[in-house]
Amino acid sequence: MDFLRLFSRDDVSSKDIAKERLRLILVHDRANVSPQFLEMIKSQIINIISDYVDIEEEGLEVKLTRMKKDEDATVPALVANIPIKRIKHVARA
Amino acid sequence: MGQVIVVTSGKGGVGKTTTTANIGTGLALLKHRKVVMIDADIGLRNLDVVMGLENRIVYDLVDVVQGVCRLKQALIRDKRFENLYLLPAAQTKDKTAVSPEQMKNLCDQLKEEFDYVLVDCPAGIEQGFKNAIAGAEKAIIVTTPEVSAVRDADRVIGLLEAAGFEEPQLIINRIRPDMVKRGDMMDIDDIIDILAIDLLGVIPEDERIVISTNRGEPAVADESSKAGQAYRNVTRRLEGENVPLMSLDVEPTLMEKIKMLFGLRARR
Repeated sequence: MDFLRLFSRDDVSSKDIAKERLRLILVHDRANVSPQFLEMIKSQIINIISDYVDIEEEGLEVKLTRMKKDEDATVPALVANIPIKRIKHVARA
Repeated sequence: MGQVIVVTSGKGGVGKTTTTANIGTGLALLKHRKVVMIDADIGLRNLDVVMGLENRIVYDLVDVVQGVCRLKQALIRDKRFENLYLLPAAQTKDKTAVSPEQMKNLCDQLKEEFDYVLVDCPAGIEQGFKNAIAGAEKAIIVTTPEVSAVRDADRVIGLLEAAGFEEPQLIINRIRPDMVKRGDMMDIDDIIDILAIDLLGVIPEDERIVISTNRGEPAVADESSKAGQAYRNVTRRLEGENVPLMSLDVEPTLMEKIKMLFGLRARR
């Protein structure tokens, strides 16, 4: 067993970790998005969606991240993960 | 009419003062320009120490602004380098002792007489930063290859652009070629790519900077210093010369040399 491996996280160089972290931090900094703003979006989404489906509110996750646009360009993206417990009756037409 | 350049970074400890001292000295020494360096870090002055001029301070920036003395009286002439002057910061006052308008007036007066007015900006983005950029038309941003420093540089670039600075230029300080080579430090391209800004220079980490700061003699005048060489290049670029980035290749370690000798490892 390679003893030195113990100290490295996988095989990703620390430089790449730094770069990735920095990119994400800057997406937030540049967009100037506050946690309150994300909370606001989150509660509005819950409001709207709850009319149609039962969702697991604790599992709801809204975050700002980056998405690949094409080969080497990325754009900021708002990603929402909404676990659904059950579809409500009104939604089934 | 000269130009006013502010040296800033957001984060502290990345080398603003060292950069100001070396560029200022470089312009006076290599290009025979008439240069004045203003220490805008009121309350935490340091440029005088880095320059080795701490024993010659009588009046300071705040004295000038408050009319306690004439501007000429507060300027310290560096006897080692012709045409190099320092306007020290006050040590006992705080940043609110000066307003952006007063700083602008001061810079306007100085650029009548000097080719370059270099403003050493304090860390942070509050009052001291606003004062330091008030009279400047050009900005140099200093960063190091660390997440925190690059993040702060990005923030400062945003603020400078909002304040009307057109093309701030970047200096990447304290880069360690050995660490870059083994993938443990972000390299020049990574940082430029992220910040999307013009590169003015790359300064390698160099023990001689510590030694020159100990002595109060800027490394730019030290022929044997790698960082000094990098600052000489920056100086020439500021004067419009096209100087390629100096090579940051690392000397192979003893072990690598032995391996190469036995052909165990292809030479890169």
